[in-house]
Amino acid sequence: MAQRDGTTRRMSFGQATVDAMRSAMREDDRVVVLGEDISWGGNFGQFRGLLDEFGPDRVIDMPISEAIIMAVGVGAAVTGLRPVASMSFVEFTLGAMDEIVNQAAKFRYMFGGQVSVPLVLRASDGVLRSSAGQHSSSLEGLFTHLPGLKVVAPSNPADARGLLRAAIADDDPVVYLENKRITAKRGPVPAGDHVVPLGSAAVRRTGADLTIVTYSVMTLHAEKACARLAEMGIDAELIELRSLVPLDLDTVLSSVVRTGRVVVAHEAWEFGGFGAEVVAAITGQAFDRLRAAPVRVGAAQAPIPFSPPLERAVVPGEDEIVAAAREVMGLC
Amino acid sequence: MSLTETMSPGLALGIHQAMVRIRLFESRVEELFKAGELPGFVHTYIGQEAIAAGVCAALNRDDYITSTHRGHGHAIAKGMELGPIMAELYGKATGACRGRGGSMHVADFSVGMLGANGIVAGGLGIAAGAALSARYRGTGQVAVGFFGDGGINKGTFHEALNFAATHRLGVVFVCENNQYAQFTSRLRTTSVEDLSVRAAAYGIPGVTVDGNDPAATYRQTLEAVARAREGVGPTLLNMETYRFGGHYVGDAEVYRASAEVQARREEDPILRWERTLTDEGLMTAGAGDAVWAEAGEEVSAAVSFAEESPYPEGGTALENVFTRVR
Ligand SMILES: Cc1ncc(C[n+]2csc(CCOP(=O)(O)OP(=O)(O)O)c2C)c(N)n1
Ligand SMILES: [Mg+2]
Repeated sequence: MAQRDGTTRRMSFGQATVDAMRSAMREDDRVVVLGEDISWGGNFGQFRGLLDEFGPDRVIDMPISEAIIMAVGVGAAVTGLRPVASMSFVEFTLGAMDEIVNQAAKFRYMFGGQVSVPLVLRASDGVLRSSAGQHSSSLEGLFTHLPGLKVVAPSNPADARGLLRAAIADDDPVVYLENKRITAKRGPVPAGDHVVPLGSAAVRRTGADLTIVTYSVMTLHAEKACARLAEMGIDAELIELRSLVPLDLDTVLSSVVRTGRVVVAHEAWEFGGFGAEVVAAITGQAFDRLRAAPVRVGAAQAPIPFSPPLERAVVPGEDEIVAAAREVMGLC
Repeated sequence: MSLTETMSPGLALGIHQAMVRIRLFESRVEELFKAGELPGFVHTYIGQEAIAAGVCAALNRDDYITSTHRGHGHAIAKGMELGPIMAELYGKATGACRGRGGSMHVADFSVGMLGANGIVAGGLGIAAGAALSARYRGTGQVAVGFFGDGGINKGTFHEALNFAATHRLGVVFVCENNQYAQFTSRLRTTSVEDLSVRAAAYGIPGVTVDGNDPAATYRQTLEAVARAREGVGPTLLNMETYRFGGHYVGDAEVYRASAEVQARREEDPILRWERTLTDEGLMTAGAGDAVWAEAGEEVSAAVSFAEESPYPEGGTALENVFTRVR
């Protein structure tokens, strides 16, 4: 992913987002940040150092009032600012769902296109070491369901930076989901002002036998699963969506028409999850090219439990992707 | 006013015992967490013991409480046994919630403990609902909703107070004002310095209480509970205190000066209560030591119980999602 001159910097996912925030805030003084504890860097260090550089007029410590964080974000966005609102754990967006669903997502359309809502909602999601029911969810399916919201979910520092930069530059509300388990993961980020456009999937591995479609932390599990499948003689192609809305269906379909077999994997609950949308789109548009019924991988239908053996039983990972791949290959 | 005018000697000693049990339980939790024995993350109650102990001493066993992410102290003071709480923190099948909830979700409905809660101020409307239910059922039970100085800015706090006040529900809203919400001083995010004044907006009494003095936390709760039981309505109690540890175990605490922490630790509410009890002739030095020793043994027994208990089977993970699937 290096630039043409090949220079990259190694940093964590979290640091990469800080880097994106910094570029955006230096370039455009309409960009402000709203969130709890952000003076201190936020719960995952994803705002570290911003207060020092940009001051309290632009880095605004919010009370524990999620509805107001979002509402203020919407009000500021439709009157000339470009707020980034931090919701820490994604579950806390639920206290602001009215503002997200009824205000942010609908303003532009309902008011006949008079305004846009250039607002980024950053939230940390996913399972991290027994955080239990109220701090482990992946809720992207709630957001992707809503017309008017864009939704991205990167898995590596380069995309973390590039997608956040694109999200802040976008004129619509973007939900930016950062999985807790990968916030500390390090990787190369292209030097300079690296941007990844919304709506572009990435082919992480080419393969002839089946297509694995995934995003966020599940990409890391899928990479390992692909290596294991290769040892079994199964050649998987791995597509990381990166952006769920807008969805880069072309990249997915161009793979599926070659392989004819699909696994769609996410950490969110399988039932009613975003994977169903992907499978439906594939089935609708490439039905005659499929050689097996697509298989989904997702969490079992229970709140995420605390105890490690229970958490492991509910939350999918590498093993479940391997099993699903073997299933679409007709091997079990 | 001498202490014995506020409470009986037995109650004064009982509150001391509760505080010591919470302190030793939480100290052990801290050690166990640092040693990697406990999954997840834990928020300890050390420094705030006079609130849970004093408030719950003013309640009946069948009264309700709703708790917070910092809930172990409430659970202990409301009468949960230490073994099932500790086993829950370990994620064991014998835990109070069968290992499903962990530290942030300990609960025991049989003693009116309606749950620790990972959502800030998430318990306040639920406390109002429990009070509504108690009145409808004619049981005379009341509900206490615990929350923090951070929780007082959540919309649910304001909505719960308005509703409870409008319907004169039997709720006591107990703010444990430990000065910080995570890393942020309350002074940076809150419009008023004295949190009790927020009661005025809802036409109910608001009282600021020394939250490190069990005589005060007990007496003020007793008055509020009387109003609650008689149907006069809710009360907001702003109990001033300080958490001795970080927000969670492992917090680097860069947001507060260690001199500040040190000064507050010197006002240890348990030691202060022991001095009061000694001055009032209610406790001899030896008797105090015996309470610590006994509580220490009880905590050790809870740890053994937890360690010897099995983990839940992965195959049971989908139990209790619904009462009945169809
Ligand atoms: C709705 C919601 N927003 C944010 C959080 C993250 N969070 C957990 S504890 C906490 C601070 C709570 O402060 P306070 O109410 O004063 O309680 P204390 O931790 O001091 O006991 C925050 C912001 C949360 N759990 N729930
Ligand atoms: Mg607090």
